[in-house]
Amino acid sequence: MSLLTVRHLSAFYGSFQALFDVSLEAEEGETVAVIGANGAGKTTFLRSVAGVLPVPAAAVSFGGDAVGGRPAHELAERGIVMVPEGRRIFPSLSVEENLLVGSYRRRPGRWSLPRVYDLFPVLAERRQQPGPNLSGGEQQMLAIGRALMANPRLLLVDEISLGLAPAVVKGLYRVLRTIADEGTTTLVVDQDITQIMGLARRVYCFRKGTVSLAGRPAELTRERIAAAYFGL
Amino acid sequence: MTWVDTILQGLLLGGLYALFATGLSLIFGVMRIVNLAHGDLSILAAFLAVVVVESLGWSPFAALLVVVPVLAGLGYALQSLVLNRLLGRGILPPILVTFGFSIIIQNALLETFSADSRRLDPGGVETASVALGSQLAVGWFPVITLAVAVLILVGLQLMIGRLSLGRAFRAVSDDQETAELMGIDHRRLYALAMALSLAIVAVAGVFLGIRTTFTFASGPDRLLFAFEAVIIGGLGSLWGTLVGGAVLGIAQTVGAKLSPGWGILSGHLVFLAVLLLRPQGLFAKARRVA
Repeated sequence: MSLLTVRHLSAFYGSFQALFDVSLEAEEGETVAVIGANGAGKTTFLRSVAGVLPVPAAAVSFGGDAVGGRPAHELAERGIVMVPEGRRIFPSLSVEENLLVGSYRRRPGRWSLPRVYDLFPVLAERRQQPGPNLSGGEQQMLAIGRALMANPRLLLVDEISLGLAPAVVKGLYRVLRTIADEGTTTLVVDQDITQIMGLARRVYCFRKGTVSLAGRPAELTRERIAAAYFGL
Repeated sequence: MTWVDTILQGLLLGGLYALFATGLSLIFGVMRIVNLAHGDLSILAAFLAVVVVESLGWSPFAALLVVVPVLAGLGYALQSLVLNRLLGRGILPPILVTFGFSIIIQNALLETFSADSRRLDPGGVETASVALGSQLAVGWFPVITLAVAVLILVGLQLMIGRLSLGRAFRAVSDDQETAELMGIDHRRLYALAMALSLAIVAVAGVFLGIRTTFTFASGPDRLLFAFEAVIIGGLGSLWGTLVGGAVLGIAQTVGAKLSPGWGILSGHLVFLAVLLLRPQGLFAKARRVA
């Protein structure tokens, strides 16, 4: 059975409709990629699943329960944890304090401060520094580490490579691979498809608020992806 | 020597002002809202202490055991039932609603306790003093007040700096939405912050009632002094609040020494001078709770 099932999800910002009838599934332990251009609705989709945007209860089911529209903090307690677009590091907290906020709910699980420091040794070196002192790549590591501290059952990662150098992105994908190998179900959003196609078991391409293509990476040709991505 | 005495008395008076200001500073630091009923709630606490003292025969200090939890509960209810409904609608609604509460509390106190001025009698400690050398003496009670203010600030600082709850306060103050994503229920946290703020206000109100007489209409002055202490010290800085209280207290006693009518006025003048010369306050930290 799927861990996450999204059925016929429509989402709105006021009267503006950002998502039209989107359906998506992620099985336990699977890594799912959501790709698409700017404004395709990827971030709106993640925010709907994470409980930031109000959506109908039946549109999102998680572990068998209809959880659409539940508040974000309740979903975090259930295990849906998001790495938001732009990292959103808490500026007045140190690196270590940022990580500790992730464990606020004390969800039991395999991740702990020492294990996150093993995964990101640079964070251990800079643990006492203010969060904003880190570079963009380090802040992304911190945002991922902070989410792991919540011991997610479903990890949502928004725009993982946005504004980062290719070498840094490569490193982050290696970490995502490790996290996936540990068995955490992961949903990754990225505009750059070069890395994500190697990681994901299942790919959804968004365009203009709808799913324009879905399938396994091996089954999809570059031409079909390009057509779905740009609407050619 | 009399000037040393004046400044010392002002410093001790500042302890009381810091007690009032701390709750206000905490609420502003965590939620960015201003509670205009702050002063009236402290007077409500003082009247509550009067009831406990008169009906149970306890000392006003023992009455804190009742008044502090009651005010904390009131704060939790006020935030979760009323103020949380106003979140995300700008800065004006909370100001209007707490202004309304201020008027309601004053009138309820007038109806219940009449316009008579009251005082809490702790049985002698309020007039006892300790000699510092041959020409200087300080009252025990102002010393206790300052010590309690410092203890509360140290405790609050430790809580905000070290405990998980304090980290959550700072995280929510930084970025409410991301804090939600990490599992922090900001509404519940706001209710806890208001409970903590009113618990401190309860202490301030009872100490005020021991130090001086009060009536149903004493609240707004307390709010004004608390505001001035917070602004002088710098918004969002807890230690600044203590310094702000001390500066205000010293300004008032020095002014009153120059001429009996100048006490309150010189406090206001110092406040205005700080606003003109250093509007961010003496210890401002732009975005931090502590």
